[in-house]
Amino acid sequence: MNTIAPFFSFTNASRISWASVPVFSVTKLVRLTDEMLESGARLCSWFGVPDHDGTILVAVLALDSESILGVARSEPISGSYPSLTPKHPQAHLFEREVWEQHGLVPVGHPWLKPVRHTFENAPANAPFFLVEGGEMHEVAVGPVHAGVIEPGHFRFQCAGEEVLHLEIALGYQHRGIEEALPGGPYPATMSQMEALAGDTSIAHATAYASVMEALAGMEAPLRAQWLRAIALELERLANHTGDMGALAMDVAFLPTSAACGKIRGDFLNLTALMCGNRFGRGLIRPGGCRHDLEEERLITLTERLKAHMADVEQAMAWFWDAASVRVRFRNVGVVHPSQATDIGLVGPAARACGLVRDVRFDHPAGWHRFSHSPVAVWPSGDIFARARVRSLEIQRSGRYLFDQLAAPVDGDITAVLSAPQPESMTVALVEGWRGEVCHVALTDHFGRFRSYKITDPSFHNWTGLALSLRGTAVSDFPICNKSFNLSYCGFDL
Amino acid sequence: MYIFDTILNRMRRGCQTIPYPKGPAPALPDRHGGALRLDASLCPEGCAQCQGVCPTRAITLEPGRGARLDLGRCLFCGDCVAACPHGAITETNDHRLATRRREDLILGETGAEELRLAAALDKKMKSLLGRSLRLRQVSAGGCGACEADINVLGTIGWDLGRFGIQYVASPRHADGVLITGPVTKGMELALQKTWAAVPEPRIAIALGSCAISGGPFIGHSQHNGGADPIIPIDLYIPGCPPHPLTILDGFLRLLGRLPKHNL
Ligand code: SF4
Ligand code: SF4
Repeated sequence: MNTIAPFFSFTNASRISWASVPVFSVTKLVRLTDEMLESGARLCSWFGVPDHDGTILVAVLALDSESILGVARSEPISGSYPSLTPKHPQAHLFEREVWEQHGLVPVGHPWLKPVRHTFENAPANAPFFLVEGGEMHEVAVGPVHAGVIEPGHFRFQCAGEEVLHLEIALGYQHRGIEEALPGGPYPATMSQMEALAGDTSIAHATAYASVMEALAGMEAPLRAQWLRAIALELERLANHTGDMGALAMDVAFLPTSAACGKIRGDFLNLTALMCGNRFGRGLIRPGGCRHDLEEERLITLTERLKAHMADVEQAMAWFWDAASVRVRFRNVGVVHPSQATDIGLVGPAARACGLVRDVRFDHPAGWHRFSHSPVAVWPSGDIFARARVRSLEIQRSGRYLFDQLAAPVDGDITAVLSAPQPESMTVALVEGWRGEVCHVALTDHFGRFRSYKITDPSFHNWTGLALSLRGTAVSDFPICNKSFNLSYCGFDL
Repeated sequence: MYIFDTILNRMRRGCQTIPYPKGPAPALPDRHGGALRLDASLCPEGCAQCQGVCPTRAITLEPGRGARLDLGRCLFCGDCVAACPHGAITETNDHRLATRRREDLILGETGAEELRLAAALDKKMKSLLGRSLRLRQVSAGGCGACEADINVLGTIGWDLGRFGIQYVASPRHADGVLITGPVTKGMELALQKTWAAVPEPRIAIALGSCAISGGPFIGHSQHNGGADPIIPIDLYIPGCPPHPLTILDGFLRLLGRLPKHNL
């Protein structure tokens, strides 16, 4: 059995005392993290906590095979520390972020520049990586894109049609959410958590609620956990269906595109049936859920779900039947499994590279301790694989939902939440539809947030999109982009 | 195979577009609540129970004036409705929420218990835009949910194209902008440039509580607290996010294309 010592080991959504988090010199912390990553752990989070005149670096690792998490921290430092990135590219954005927020220089980082810092009126992203040569040209896109979509800036380095490199600059959506959290929770905190990434309201709200419950040393009632698991799968169904429709649209396969656009709305309406809001706002609150699924409502939900699942099955069947679609997706936008491991991909994008990585299975918390659905994996790493994994997950989420709806859990849906305990830390991982949502909270002497770090799956995965473009044509960008469908606002916290 | 399959399926299903606005509006989900109504004359002196629960400080209380509720800040969470023991704040289940003026979203005073719904554009603008309204959408720092429900209107269920309303890629092709998000510092310049590129006469629509007031992120220094300070707004559509029906109602209201029974 692998262990995570000398890191402190604990499980998803449990409370630990800050004092029990081992302290190392920063060089030792980097060395130990490096060793852990070498032996198969994953970097969930890497962030700075201000402490008097310096900054404490905190490393949160996941050891998926053992279902444990590990945490360690450095002594307060200022100045610089040796970078992890040259050996472990999965650390590259984390280190840039720490540099931007706390001024700590990771020595040896190959591409140190701001992540989302705003300079005067626009994010300070330049200079971009530049490929020079007579045949080379550069394509710049954004921040305002052609469709109804969030803002970001893409810079392609091309030789003719072929993309040699794509650099993605975000930060346009930065609303200052993380900075607003210390000293909280505040009255607006729950609403902000639901709006970290609008299409992932349920996953982020669940993570936040789990954090509050763990800090209070309690659990939400089982029925509330059951409701959250149902809402999470409905969210997955809606978004995966929408993505399949968008992919179909971009290869001009209109029957599936038209059908999926509508069915996505049908799934959103099921969430609205539960709580009144199509994105699940207002359903989850620390301590439980605000709305119940009474018997009659449950029957309606099940019946409507049956019809929608039949519709989506049919739309998928047309899609996979069409040779024109399959040909367009095969061997385009490939991310090699070793690249996926190096950059720390999560969610369907990782599973489409053959990595068996799913928080619901690896680090079960809440209702997922009692119920499972098989992890959907496909090995080829291309757009085909990413679409395939989604399509498999649509089937499995549907089956999971029918199982859950057939066996409702009795009991209350809310419990009284006690105050967060002081000097504590907790990590909550939730498998959102896009992948691992990670919330880390640290409380101060009074039980208020001393630090709160959020990592949306997009933070890990944008690099995957950049890599997938290498060697493909610029005209493949739209389908590559849709096959990842990453969040801009989830990144730009 | 799929050709026969899709054709058969297509025939079996018929038209999937909702009959609204000619026919009845689709029902809102029963837990939706719709627009709020505030009758401040029911507020006893000194009561402030609603104020404490509101995440965005949408409710203000001034001594001697009773409560005021700003639907431009409201997230429609319903917490104040549950908190008010006097029945002063109620849900109306009405999907119609769009207004032309910011102050029409503020409830409370006598005669202003409910919001004052938007009037149509003047004759000249209506004759210019009434049959074909092209909008350039600018996403300026929200959460993406408003954008998602803007997109939904383009699907077969709603088929926005039948009203001549379309989202376009270039501001040069547009009659106006549709803004979501609180307008972050990072998007301020992009929004200004987009607006400047839209030929006159042009209109601006602020959609979602973010674009009207900053929404859940109200008070943060990284944004402008909505589109208002940057661009003159012709239509406000509140909600977090507004239901697609609310958005559609806003568009049609502005163009004066709602049949009488829906006004
Ligand atoms: S419904 Fe609106 S006004 Fe009432 S508490 Fe919620 S956000 Fe505030
Ligand atoms: S108004 Fe609400 S739904 Fe719309 S962008 Fe803002 S937070 Fe998201």
